[in-house]
Order: sequence, then C-alpha cells, then structure tokens
Amino acid sequence: MSPDFLKLIFGRLTFESLPLHEPIVVGTFVVVALGGAALLGGLTYFRLWGYLWREWFTTVDHKRIGIMYMILGIVMLLRGFADALMMRGQQMLAFGGSEGYLNAHHYDQVFTAHGVIMIFFVAMPLVTGLMNYVVPLQIGARDVSFPFLNNFSFWMTVGGAVLVMASLFIGEFARTGWLAYPPLSNIGYSPDVGVDYYIWALQVAGVGTTLSGINLICTIVKLRCPGMTMMKMPVFTWTSLCTNVLIVASFPVLTVVLALLSLDRYVGTNFFTNDFGGSPMMYVNLIWIWGHPEVYILVLPAFGIFSEVTSTFSGKRLFGYTSMVYATVVITILSYLVWLHHFFTMGSGASVNSFFGITTMIISIPTGAKMFNWLFTMYRGRIRYELPMMWTIAFMLTFVIGGMTGVLLAVPPADFVLHNSLFLIAHFHNVIIGGVVFGAFAGINYWFPKAFGFKLDPFWGKMSFWFWVTGFYLAFMPLYVLGLMGVTRRLRVFEDPSLQIWFVIAAIGALFIFIGILSMLMQFAVSLLKREQLKDVTGDPWDARTLEWATSSPPPDYNFAFTPVVHDNDAWWDMKKRGYQRPLTGFKPIHMPASTGTGIILAGLATAMGFGLIWYMWWLAAASFIAMLAVGIGHTFNYHRDFDIPAEDIIRTEDARTKLLAGAK
Amino acid sequence: MTVAVNPSQTGEPVFYLADEHPHPEGWSTPLGFWIYLMSDCLIFAILFATYGVLGGNYAAGPAPKDLFDLNLVAVNTSMLLLSSITYGFAMLTMQQNKVAQTQMWLAITGLFGAAFIGIELTEFAHMIHEGATPQRSAFLSAFFTLVGTHGLHVSCGLIWLVTLMVQVQKFGLIEANRRRLMCLSMFWHFLDVVWIGVFTFVYLLGVLR
Repeated sequence: MSPDFLKLIFGRLTFESLPLHEPIVVGTFVVVALGGAALLGGLTYFRLWGYLWREWFTTVDHKRIGIMYMILGIVMLLRGFADALMMRGQQMLAFGGSEGYLNAHHYDQVFTAHGVIMIFFVAMPLVTGLMNYVVPLQIGARDVSFPFLNNFSFWMTVGGAVLVMASLFIGEFARTGWLAYPPLSNIGYSPDVGVDYYIWALQVAGVGTTLSGINLICTIVKLRCPGMTMMKMPVFTWTSLCTNVLIVASFPVLTVVLALLSLDRYVGTNFFTNDFGGSPMMYVNLIWIWGHPEVYILVLPAFGIFSEVTSTFSGKRLFGYTSMVYATVVITILSYLVWLHHFFTMGSGASVNSFFGITTMIISIPTGAKMFNWLFTMYRGRIRYELPMMWTIAFMLTFVIGGMTGVLLAVPPADFVLHNSLFLIAHFHNVIIGGVVFGAFAGINYWFPKAFGFKLDPFWGKMSFWFWVTGFYLAFMPLYVLGLMGVTRRLRVFEDPSLQIWFVIAAIGALFIFIGILSMLMQFAVSLLKREQLKDVTGDPWDARTLEWATSSPPPDYNFAFTPVVHDNDAWWDMKKRGYQRPLTGFKPIHMPASTGTGIILAGLATAMGFGLIWYMWWLAAASFIAMLAVGIGHTFNYHRDFDIPAEDIIRTEDARTKLLAGAK
Repeated sequence: MTVAVNPSQTGEPVFYLADEHPHPEGWSTPLGFWIYLMSDCLIFAILFATYGVLGGNYAAGPAPKDLFDLNLVAVNTSMLLLSSITYGFAMLTMQQNKVAQTQMWLAITGLFGAAFIGIELTEFAHMIHEGATPQRSAFLSAFFTLVGTHGLHVSCGLIWLVTLMVQVQKFGLIEANRRRLMCLSMFWHFLDVVWIGVFTFVYLLGVLR
C-alpha cells in the first residue's frame, strides 16, 4: 500500500507512535492488557454484558449514574496515583549525578498526566458522583431534571478519561504541565499528539461537566419537594447548587480557551503565539478565570459533606445554618475575583497585584466562618467518632494549615519568592487532599450504606484513614521546606545532595498513602464479603437528619413512594421527633424516565471524533461528527421517554421494606 | 403548585403528599435552556474579550478600515434582524394553532438565516482572497473566530429549524413541539443580540478606529 493511502487512513499514527522503546510503558501496557482481558473475559463468561447494558450503561437513574461516577473516580485515582509514585521515586533517586529512572520525555508526561487526571478525572467525578447521588434524595425528588442528559454527561466524562488513558499506549501525552501554557503548548514547541490528547480529552469531558452543571441547577431549583424553601435546603444541596453555578459559569471559559489553542495548533491562527500580535499571557489569564473557580467547584461540595457529617455525628443541628449558606455564596462570587494570584509574577504592576492579593485574602473570611460553624456544631455535641467524622476532623486540622499557607502565597511579594516553587505544590495538595479528597472519603463512608444497604468495614476504613493522614503529612510537609529553600516544581534531577533527605521523606509519605489507598480497596472488598454483618435495614444507620435517610437503603428506583413534605431544615430529624408514620397503603403508579442508549452512543462517537482529530484521521473525525448529528437528531424524534411504574410493583417493594423494618425492631 | 404544608385540620402534621401530581413534561426545560444560553453567552463574552485585547494587533497587516464593507454588513445585519421578526410571527401563529402559517414563517426565517450565512461566507472569502486570512494577525484570528463562532451558531440554528419543521409537519403543534419552538426562539433571538454586539464593537467601532 502506498504511504499516501496509509496516511489518509491513519493520519500521523504509525508503528513508531507506539511507545515500544519505553520499557516502563510497555510493562504497564502488559499489566493493563492482562487485567483488562481478565475483566472482559469474566464479564463475558458470567454473561454480564446484557445486565450491564440494560441496568447500568443505559440507565437514567441518578443513583446509578452517581455510583458509576464514583467508580470512574476511584479507577482513575489508581492511575493518577501511580504517576505520583513515579514522580516521588524519580525525585528521590535523581541526586549526585544520577539521572533517576525516568527520562525527560517520559517524566514530563508523567507530571502533566498526574495533574490532569487528578483534577478532571478523579476529583471531578468523585464530587459530581456524590452530588448526583445525594442531591435528588436530599430534596425529595425522583430524579434529576434531565435524566437523559445526566447519562450523556457521565459518558462524556468517561470519553475524556478514555482519551487520556489511550495516550499512555498510543502516542504520548502532553509534556507541558497540567494547564498547557503556550507558547510551549503551541505547535512550534509541541508538534506531537500530546497536547492534542490533552485538548480533546478536556473538551469531551468538559461538555459533560457543563451539561451536568445545568442539570443539577435545574434539579435543585425546580424539583424540591413541597415545604423545602431555599433556606430549608440541606447545606450539601446548597453547596452543590453553588458548585454547579460555578461550573456553568466557568467551564465555557475553558471550552473557549482550549478551542482557541486548538485553532492555533490546527489552523495556524495567532492567539497565543509570540509573533503576529499573539499574546501567550492571554491564555494564562483565560485559563485561570476557569481554573480558580474550578478549585471551589471541587471544595464547596466537600464543605457541604463536612457540614452534614458534623451535625449528624454530633447529634446537633448545624450551628449557623444561615451564615453557612451566605459564606458559601460569598465564596462562589469571590472565586471569580482572584484568578490573577496564580501569576503575580506576570508583571501587571503593584495596583493590580494588590487588588488580587486582597480579594484572595478576603476569601479566607467566609471559609474561616465555616470552620467556626463546624467547631461550634461539635461544641457540647455527643460526638460519635465514626469514619466520616474522623475524616472531617482530619480535614479541619489539615485544611487550616493549607488555608494559612494559601494566605501566605496571596501576599504578592512573598509570592514572587515562592512562585512555582514546591511550597506552592505543598499548598495546593494541602487544600485539595485535605479538603476535596478527605471530603470525598467522608462522603463515601457516610453515604455508602445508603447506596448499597450495608456499612463499610470500620477496621480497614481506619487503616486507610491513618495511612492516608500520616502519609499526607509525610509527603507534603517536606515540600514546604524544600519550597522555602527555593526548589521549583517539575524538576527531574537535582544538584544539591543536601536536599535529598526531604525527597526521601516525601517518597515514604507517598508509600504510606499508597497503603492507605490499598486499605480503602480492601475496605470495599471486606465490606462486600461481610455485608450481612454490616447490613442496614433501617435506611437510617447513622441516626441522621436529612431526607435521604427517610427512604430505604438502597432506595427504590422511585426514591420515595410518596413525595415528602418538609417543615424544617433537618427534615428527617423533624419527622422522627414528631412521630412520623411511614405510609403503608394508598400507593399509586409513579411516572419515571425510561432508559436509553443514546447517551453512551453519542459519547462514544464524540470520543472517536476526538481520536480522529488528535491523529489527523480526518475521515474518522468527519464521520463521527456526522454520525453524532444523525443520532442526536434521531433521538429528538422519540417523544415517549417516560413510563409508569405500576402500583403493584410499588406495593411489593414497600411491603418488603415493611417486613424488613419489622424484623429490625 | 401550592401545597398546604401547615398542619392539616386534624392538627396532625403532613409529612407526605398522599395525592401527588407529577411535574408536567418539560417542567424544567425553560430554565435549563436559559442557563444553557447564559453559558453560551459566556463563550461569546470570552471571544469578545479576546477580540478586545488582540483586536488592535494588526502585525503590520490590514486593519478593519481596509477590510470592512459597511454596506454589505448592513445588508447582512438586516437579514438577521428580519429573521428574528419572522420568527416572532411564527411564534404568534403557533399560539393560534395554525400549522401551515407557522411552517411558512419558519421557512421564511430559515431563508433569511441562510442569506445571512451566505453573505457572511462571501465576505470571508473576499477577505481571504485579499490575503486577510485568520493566520495573518492576531486581530484577524480574533475577528474570524468571533464572527465565525456566531455564524456557526446560526448554522446550527438552521439545522435545528429544519428538524423542527419536519417534526411539526409530522406530529403537529403538540405540546413538546411548542416547547421546542420556544427554545429555538430564545436561541434565535439570543444570536440576534450577540450580533448587535458584533456589529457595534467589531464593525462600527472597527471602521471608526
């Protein structure tokens, strides 16, 4: 076959694109391929494909979609953490003339992939998953506003993750750092597919995130049950609302800035070039206008989780509900007024830097108010030190340290010294691990019994907790020290041997975290095996306060047999106190959305289009695009997307629960 | 939907709705579509901002004065404005349940929209022919991207319009189709508003500059 013909079909994809010369990647590929083959073989052997397709892949049930988001987040955590271990190992070894074990080409991909994966495909799915699962239950709704869109959003997020994972074995990933600043990310300096993988992975996933943001805002605004005024919403629902407002108001910025970068790369425009009037700093500004709200997108739901957990496990109403809501809203607004603190060194002058330094410091006020609210909620409470509460306390201690180093960095002169140093790295891991990751773990331990009907095993949970927390401090406190000594980020080899000990400590910390992650996987496995012992038949294992605990664990497809009516902030607590009797008769059919495979098909086509664009396989990109249009338009010709769950089914489900509850007493 | 959340006549608090009416179909759609439009608006806001920052960087290439033909742009603008009016007529006839007339106004709207796209493409082709390509300078990159993104939106609107016309023909002016026509109406007028911004800030101020 002629090379021209091959080029037409495969674009710039050749055998040389496969990283066969990188033994580490080949080894990883072998392990992943064997594991993947085992998984796929198992699914085929046990004939699970039909079940998965019908009950999970095509589902529009917010609870199942939430669970799938969580699985995606945890799987990608393993990948992102493998990158972290590799970096810690490299930096620990590369002293005294040693080059370590990763070459520059590979190392630069590792730190980029680590950042991208951890933010977009670990933290985002975990947060979105929890919101998806919990919010409709907390507001007494049957599903989200747009159930089909929810399924589509999830699969778009998966599509992005698939592209990032594909870059490991087909071609390479970006070597630019997780925000891909030009001119480095422009075609002149990054002519390979790495940055294109980056762009299209984020574009595909970003569509999903934006749509899911719109969906959850509508859900919270339009589908609350009677009696739940805005100021009676649970705090987690409030923080979710603010997070989704942030998503809708910031992800389009990311979409545009990546689109402009791709125009520069594909068409040859001059937005971010050094010549012909382009301005690389324009990119840096725009991407941080998305990027700063993004960190609040991640941490606000975590704040909501801690609020729910603190009041539940202190047995008290949350202290300062109103101030908590206002603090959340103020953070939401302020998060748009601070982006420039990521590049004080740009040289925008003293007045601009002062403005952004001051707004940054102001954010610590509402955040501090929240911290005091949690403390006062615990004050004189009967605190139960269950796992969610342990993670919450670890968060409060850790996050305060991260917050204070953040305020330090907000001082422009100090930032000129610390910019891009390991001090910064320590700071943002301090707030993201201490805030978002601990929050996600608190949430997983808290809501797991709701989702699956049994609690998580406390022994392995505590193992995971202690290894994670000590591992975190061991891994990141040395980075503060190194940063203050002037070590910058993303370095591969070091000259000064006196620094090595700190990197060794940090690597030991990473190993501790690794044991923490393994313990968490162990916790899931052990809990599954011991599910009869850990079973919760009440639906309310923690003696909790909000509506999601009013229904069974796991909740039926329709969530609530009758739509609840709410009189109090802690609606379920109020119902329990006032002797609420669960209705046993009078069930009626319930109107529910029907499953559809359109979401996964569209997302698959979008992923194929991304792959085509990355490799210049124009026929693939064009064909997938046209197919997407056809499938999308075809879907709009389906006017019957709902069905009724017959009353008999509801009677059967509810009677089963009545029997369980009677047995529990 | 108003529901008594106070204790019922017997004094017992009500904790659930015994007799529930599900939300009507499309209950959240207008709000959802508005929020989508605002996110789209943000896309244009960023493109305007980019044009604002880079729009003066001609890189010794052509400037707006050398390129823009205000007469052509005036014709083009009127095409889009007229299409908004005719879409309004389509909505009015839709309210009166007149399928044929609604379809007619939708078709006229589509023709105006297509004329707009046609004129815009002619303008682009002319500029590129003269060497004012998107690659020539940051100003031209920003110009083509801003105006082109708007044009892309109008083109998507046209595809949507044709789809809806088919659906109205097939299923009539049923509730779902009315809701869809309403959403497209919002989208179409929104693009009009954006174009007013483009016309003012890009073309008029460009020629003045």
